[in-house]
Amino acid sequence: MLRADVKLTRSHFSLNTQFELPTPGVVALLGRSGCGKTTLINVLAGLCHAEKAHIELDDVVLEDTSRNINVPAEARRIGYVFQDARLFPHLNVEANLRYGLKRFLGKPYLSFEAVIELLGLGHLLNQKSSQLSGGERQRVAIGRALLAQPRLLLLDEPLAALDAARREEVLPYLESLRDQWAIPMVYVSHQYEEVLRLATHLVLMQSGSTIAQGDIGRMSLSPELRAIVGHDEIGAIIDGEVLGTDESGLTRVLIGHNQALDATTMRTLKVRTPITATGKKLRIQVLARDLIIATQAPEHLSVRNILKGRIHALARDDNDSDLVTVDVGGTRLLARITHSATRELGLRPGLNCWVLVKAVSLRGHAFNAGSSLTLHSSP
Amino acid sequence: MTTPTALVSLAALISLTPSEYEALSLSLGVAARSVLLSLAPAIFLAWILTRRFHGRFVLDALVHLPLVLPPVMVGYLLLILFGTHGILGAWLRVFHVRLIFTRNGAALATAVMSFPLMVRAIRISLEGIDRGLEDAARTLGAGAWDRFRSITLPLMLPGILAAVITAFAAGLGEFGAVITFVSNIPGETRTLPLALYSALQSPDGDTAAARIALISFLLGLSGLIVAEWFTRRMRSIRGR
Repeated sequence: MLRADVKLTRSHFSLNTQFELPTPGVVALLGRSGCGKTTLINVLAGLCHAEKAHIELDDVVLEDTSRNINVPAEARRIGYVFQDARLFPHLNVEANLRYGLKRFLGKPYLSFEAVIELLGLGHLLNQKSSQLSGGERQRVAIGRALLAQPRLLLLDEPLAALDAARREEVLPYLESLRDQWAIPMVYVSHQYEEVLRLATHLVLMQSGSTIAQGDIGRMSLSPELRAIVGHDEIGAIIDGEVLGTDESGLTRVLIGHNQALDATTMRTLKVRTPITATGKKLRIQVLARDLIIATQAPEHLSVRNILKGRIHALARDDNDSDLVTVDVGGTRLLARITHSATRELGLRPGLNCWVLVKAVSLRGHAFNAGSSLTLHSSP
Repeated sequence: MTTPTALVSLAALISLTPSEYEALSLSLGVAARSVLLSLAPAIFLAWILTRRFHGRFVLDALVHLPLVLPPVMVGYLLLILFGTHGILGAWLRVFHVRLIFTRNGAALATAVMSFPLMVRAIRISLEGIDRGLEDAARTLGAGAWDRFRSITLPLMLPGILAAVITAFAAGLGEFGAVITFVSNIPGETRTLPLALYSALQSPDGDTAAARIALISFLLGLSGLIVAEWFTRRMRSIRGR
C-alpha cells in the first residue's frame, strides 16, 4: 500500500493531496498541465521539500514531517522516469543502465538480463545516449530506473515528448511491466488514453488538489472525470474475459464479475481486437457517445451488441445532452444521448432498456494486472 | 611576416641563449605551478557560485577582483600579506616556507591573477550541465559526493581542461603582480615578460628584446591553438 498525504505552498501555487494505492497496482495521476502532478511526485521521490508530508510505502515510513522523518531521495528506492529521460550524456547505454544497479547493495531481484529482455534493449547497449530515438531513450530510462531495484516506480509523462508512433514503441513495454512484474507505479499524465491502458487506479487532480480517486472502472463513470477529460473521451471502462470468437472473427468477451450463467448471453460484448485466446483478461473502453438506448427490443439492425439493462441514473451533461448510466448485469455503462431523446423515450431511473453498440467502435486492451508473480517489496 | 624571415627566426630560436632558456623554462614552471595551485579552489568556487545562497554576489565580486585591480596593486597586497612581516608570511615562516623573492611566490601571484579566468571557464561549463541529471542520479541511489564524482565532474571536464589551458597561457605573461611581489631576479623570478622588460631597460638590448618578444608570441599563440583544438576534440568525443 502506498499512502501519501502532502501539503506544500509556493508563491503562486499550493498543493493539498491525499491518495492511496493498493500495491501492486498502477495509479495514474490525471490532471491538466500545471495542476501540480509533477510537484507531487517530486515530493514522493524526495526531490522536493513539502511543509507537511506523510509518505508510507508498504509500512515503511519514507517521510513524516510531524515526526521529523525524512529518508533522503538516494535512499528511498523509488525509481523515477523523467519526461525528458535524463540519460547521462557521458555514459553509453549500458553504463546508464548499470548506474543504479552498481549502487544497489542488496541482492537484486531484477537482473540486468531480464530488464534488457523485457524492454528490448539488447541491440542498443554500446550506443551513445545521444544516438537514440525518443522512444529508445525512454525505454533506456525505464530500464535504468528498474535496475536500481525500486520498490515503486514514478513515471512523469514519459510519453509526452513522443509522437503517436513512438508512443506505441513504449506503451506495450509498460503494460508488460505491470502484468509480468507487478511493479507498483505512479503514472503522471494528462493523456486519458495512456491512462486507461495502464492504470488500475485513478487519482484526479485539479489546481493542486486531489478531487477524486478510486478504481479505474468506478472512476470512469465519475462526474469529476468529466471536468478533466474531453466530452468525446468519456465512457465506461470495463474489464472482461475472452470467451472465444464468433463466426465472423469478432472476439466474444464476458463482462462483469457476476458468475450467474443464465445471464451470460446478455453480458457478452463482441469486440474487434487481436486478443482472442480464451480466458485472457481484457479491458474495454465503451465510449458514451457510441451507445444507443432503446426502450423496445430492437430488430433487423446491423449492430452486433445488444445488451439488456436497466437505467440506473440520469445526469445532465451540458445544454443539449444527458448522460445515462445503465446497469447491465452488474456492470455499468455510460451513454450520452440528446436531451430531447431522453424526453421522447421517457427515460427514468429503474426503466428497463436495451443498449446498442457497434463492435467496431469498441477498443480492447490487454490487461492482466496483478495476475502473475508479485514483487518482493521489502528491502 | 613572410615565410623566409619566419624560417630564419625559427632557426635562430632553436638555439636559445642560456638566459633565454632560463627565462622560458622559468615561465613554463611558474605558469604550471600557478595552475596546480589554483585548480582545486577554482573548481570548488565555480561549483559554489552555481548554487543559490546569500552573499553569492559578494563572493562573485571578490573572485573577479583581480581582473579589475591594477596588477601592481595585487602584487602589493601579496607583499603585505606574505612579506616577511606579513600575517601569513610570518605564519608560513614557521614551516620554513618563503614566498617572497622566490619562484613559488611568482606562481602564487600568477595564480591570483589568472584565478578569475579559471573560475569563469569552469563555471560556464558547469552552468551548461542539466541539474536534472543530478536529480536523476539521486533517485538511482547516488549520494552527494558520488553524484559530483560520477556525473558533475566528468561533464565539466571539457570546461576544466579549457580553464587549465587558458590559465596556463595567461600565466606565461603575468608581469605586474609578479615583479611587485617577487622582484626581478635572474634564474629565480625573471620570467619571459620580466626578461623582456629588463632587455628594454638596457641600452643595447634591442635584439634580445625582439628575440624574447618572438618567443613569447609563439608560446602564446601555440597555447591558444592547443586550447581550441582540445575544446573541439572534447566536444566531438561527447557527441555534442
